[in-house]
Amino acid sequence: MSVNVAVSRAEICAVACAEAWREEGEILASPFGTIPAIGARLARATFSPDLLLSDGEALLVGGTWAVGEPAPGPVEGWAPFRNVFDLAWAGYRHIMMVPSQIDRYGNANLSAIGDFARPSRALLGMRGAPGNTVCHPVSYWVPRHLPRVFVPAVDVVCGVGYDRGVASVDLRRVVTNLAVLDFGGPGHAMWLVSAHPGVNVDEVVSATGFDLVIDDVGETRLPSADELRLIRDVIDPHRLRDREVPDG
Amino acid sequence: MADKRMTADEMVAELRSGMTIGIGGWGSRRKPMSLVRAILRSGINDLTIVSYGGPDVGLLCAAGKVKRLVYGFVSLDSIPLEPHFQAARQAGAIDAAEYDEGMLQWALYAASLRLPFLPTRAGLGSDVPRLNPELRTVRSPYDDGEELLAVPALPLDAALIHLNRADAAGNAQFLGPDLYFDDLFAAAAARAYVSCERIVPTADLADGGFASLRIQRWMTAGVIEATNGAHFTSCDPDYPRDEAFQRDYVAAAKDPVAWKEFEARYLTGSETDYQAAVRAR
Repeated sequence: MSVNVAVSRAEICAVACAEAWREEGEILASPFGTIPAIGARLARATFSPDLLLSDGEALLVGGTWAVGEPAPGPVEGWAPFRNVFDLAWAGYRHIMMVPSQIDRYGNANLSAIGDFARPSRALLGMRGAPGNTVCHPVSYWVPRHLPRVFVPAVDVVCGVGYDRGVASVDLRRVVTNLAVLDFGGPGHAMWLVSAHPGVNVDEVVSATGFDLVIDDVGETRLPSADELRLIRDVIDPHRLRDREVPDG
Repeated sequence: MADKRMTADEMVAELRSGMTIGIGGWGSRRKPMSLVRAILRSGINDLTIVSYGGPDVGLLCAAGKVKRLVYGFVSLDSIPLEPHFQAARQAGAIDAAEYDEGMLQWALYAASLRLPFLPTRAGLGSDVPRLNPELRTVRSPYDDGEELLAVPALPLDAALIHLNRADAAGNAQFLGPDLYFDDLFAAAAARAYVSCERIVPTADLADGGFASLRIQRWMTAGVIEATNGAHFTSCDPDYPRDEAFQRDYVAAAKDPVAWKEFEARYLTGSETDYQAAVRAR
């Protein structure tokens, strides 16, 4: 099989998400969204075997199972929300959240678009983003890379960015349907690490509503044959990934 | 032991307009919906509602009962956004105190321990302090000298929670995967009311395992038997979320005419009428 020809954008994104949890050790990987969930399970099944994963409710489970299906176990721990808060504040977690807006220094909005007192669109709320971003590593997943998501300034700061004076902020990467970005630019400005195969740098730049740091842009790596097998046969046999990031 | 059994309407008779009321559960999971529906039938309003919010918040907002809302999020879980909450926020109809989820836990925990505040890093650097200017920071008195957010205690006039089982004395039991923060809501409240799927003899509570007996009678003021009382939210293992009903609720909430029909069909009568209308779907 010619792996390159067959690989979809969603599969490249799943591997780019998995890379966020490389060599993390014994921490809880908390993915939000289908492709981050595939990525977290892929990471544990390959290069980060010590990760802890939740069944989506209150159990920590072993094994590798399909997205959209119940976890078969084995159960290795009971982690109701209160315990998740405890381990999050203790630093034993790396979450990947989905921001409605994110800016150049990683401030992220999950709360409301427009004026907070009377928003044009009310969203979820702060959720755990303020605590997560000052207590443990955080990454972000953006299934549609658009200027209205990558904004010069977010309307409500839920997830704390690097320009807010909190030293413990540890933002790892932003994975989108177009690219991988991190905060390796001057003053922790957002840096374009790699464009996905088939994506031009110009395409990423025009989909971003602020100036990215562009210097030596790489190409996001392809899945290995083993990773592709795991994604296609074990973790996402029903191709839920294609609903989140359609090809072409 | 006192017999704390009562009806939902007797509970509502103990509530007053302007009260601060906490509601247990999480999102669209194990919400005391029959007690919320009892409030909808009442004349009380101007409430401050404290919740990890789901359709409890949505219904109370839609009925104009909410003056102030203290929350970490409002979501229906399988449907991310709550339409009535969105409409109320977008109309500027409620005073929104939006906290980090863990801050809300701390506020309830502080109240339950009768402390004025509990310190945390959660909230620092975010817009939570900007949007809630009453919040203060506190400096560690030890060598580290770290500045922390002092989350003020949030005492409740009343708490409403729904559990799987309870006895007549107000001991209650969760049989699902997560207690959520129901014990903190109950302990933070002057009076906590627990609805349950079934009232059982105290001796039967041991069947669920002692670790599930987390709501104890010192926390509770009233017990209301409410079979299917969390509907349409989940109440594992007694029943899952009624996803079809939740979809209908969301569709109706987005259209004023459809919402009038939904109200007429489900929310104008008694709890018995509601359950009959649900069975007749």
